[in-house]
Amino acid sequence: MDFSLSKQQELFLQMIREFAEKEVKPLAAEVDESERFPMETVEKMAKLGIMGIPFPTELGGAGGNNQLYTMAVEELSRACATTGVIVSAHTSLCCAPIMEHGTNEQRAKYLPKLCSGEWIGAFGLTEPNAGTDASAQQTMAVKEGDHYVLNGTKIFITNAAYAHVYIIMAMTDKSKGTKGISAFIVERDFPGFSIGKKEKKMGIRGSATCELIMENCIVPAENLLGQEGKGFSIAMKTLDGGRIGIASQALGIAQGAMDETVKYVKERKQFGKAIGQFQNTQFQLADLQTKIEAARLLVRKAAYKKDMKLPYSADAAMAKLFAAETAMEMTTKAVQFHGGYGYTREYPVERMMRDAKITEIYEGTSEVQRMVIAANLLK
Amino acid sequence: MKIVVCIKQVPDTTEIKLDPVTGTLIRDGVPSIMNPDDKGGLEFALQLKDKYGAHVTVITMGPPQAEAILREAYAMGVDRAILLSDRKFAGADTLATSNTIAGALRSLEYDLIITGRQAIDGDTAQVGPQIAEHLDLPQVTYVEDLSFDGNKTFSVKKSTEEGYQIVEVEAPCVLTALASGVKPRYMSVRGIVEAYNKEIENWNFSNISVDEKKLGLNGSPTRVFKSFTKGVKAAGQVYEVEPNEAVDIIINKLKEKFII
Repeated sequence: MDFSLSKQQELFLQMIREFAEKEVKPLAAEVDESERFPMETVEKMAKLGIMGIPFPTELGGAGGNNQLYTMAVEELSRACATTGVIVSAHTSLCCAPIMEHGTNEQRAKYLPKLCSGEWIGAFGLTEPNAGTDASAQQTMAVKEGDHYVLNGTKIFITNAAYAHVYIIMAMTDKSKGTKGISAFIVERDFPGFSIGKKEKKMGIRGSATCELIMENCIVPAENLLGQEGKGFSIAMKTLDGGRIGIASQALGIAQGAMDETVKYVKERKQFGKAIGQFQNTQFQLADLQTKIEAARLLVRKAAYKKDMKLPYSADAAMAKLFAAETAMEMTTKAVQFHGGYGYTREYPVERMMRDAKITEIYEGTSEVQRMVIAANLLK
Repeated sequence: MKIVVCIKQVPDTTEIKLDPVTGTLIRDGVPSIMNPDDKGGLEFALQLKDKYGAHVTVITMGPPQAEAILREAYAMGVDRAILLSDRKFAGADTLATSNTIAGALRSLEYDLIITGRQAIDGDTAQVGPQIAEHLDLPQVTYVEDLSFDGNKTFSVKKSTEEGYQIVEVEAPCVLTALASGVKPRYMSVRGIVEAYNKEIENWNFSNISVDEKKLGLNGSPTRVFKSFTKGVKAAGQVYEVEPNEAVDIIINKLKEKFII
């Protein structure tokens, strides 16, 4: 068992840390404040291959793996959680299902443009009445000749307003329940497809979360992803992978808040000494750093198992559950350590606290992660 | 066009701390980096490659661990990497170093040789000019910007104490680059993934045709008679903003540090 980073991973971290520090961090507060999608950062990431890290070079990817991908999402989120989730949703929720369930033609058509970052990807499962109970899909897909006609609305879609390609779940046979759900690759220019209202969110405010509306949306039959009726299974497998990305995002937020806190408690003086010299501060920070490191090991292990093609569903759920709850605890305490200053937007920790909350909710709430972990235990 | 860029691995001096008791530098645990001026020079070479399709070789003299900056150079986009390493090269001052590197350069084809102006661990700015002298090549130092006519002539913006000069120079020549003139590109993800599958050519004494007396400690006339440490300043932050905005930033920083 080897816990050390390879030289390649060290070189990768050197690059992604420098990129996050110099290109991402300076924009984080403004992106949050103005709820602006940081397109210029996406373009820079695209040029470096960050939009296609774990995919083969033949399909336009960088030829890396999920371990490098998780390190990227962690380091980006350490500076800006919005940027982290843009990469995570694009990679895990759009590129990955096309790679894992697509035909050679679908891969060849979509992955080069997605991996190069020319196109951005998104994923549509959630509906107004189908959240944690994702099986209650109301979006319908009816086959007519050489195409399907989709009708329905998806909500809370990350990257929605800026994406070109969406993985959309829809019912092809309502009588079969989850076995009647199918997955489709939908392009934003398909007739009948439109972007609905943009959500005003607590955190990750730059990530352009919107509704997707399909009104007699025409999707060519060759854009069915996998087989008819396999959509729910594809969605669940996709979310298993996505959880590694969100766990990495949560981990990055937690580490970012720890970095800010360490800096602050060394500088801030009360009662004649730096607050970092109080044992109360030290003990709390020690506990939090222990949790962050444990979260990191869970994330790396889940990514490793995915790379090795081993079953990783429960590992991803544990990584996401623990990293998300650590991020929430770390950021809440970071605000507390900063006192009144922490409650203001002069310091980044209040943004981090708002950003952390979503990691306990999307791509499966913490309750869903517990269901996945328990089901795996008791099967 | 064939370009050779000479690079050096140096301790990241912004990370160096002083031993509070002895007052000496603590080098343990200090990360090693590609010397910033050399990285600027490498960026100039890669820009010429992007525009004119040059073949770029990097060469470094150093211990085996200097391989790390050659891998970094591969990840930035160079085509060939050479590590000059031999016990006979050890203990070299700038003259012996430039003799060694010039010896290696004689075995390579080049239209342009780029070095950094100086290394942040020595600050001599001597090796680049000495290489040009050994190879009897024209040189332009302190290069902040350059353009190429696509044939044989480089137009070079050379920084001076008073301002700058625009100089034309024909290939083959030596340029020494300033980090301030250019923003080096990031390594690409694919470049990083592939960097460790590429070959690092290990060259030693037998690969260069230089008299052994001119190398290493034997070939170094420099004698250090006193060394002392200077105070280390923390890395600053540069803001390019209007004066009004600058005032706000400064005031906020002072407040952040609880100075005001």
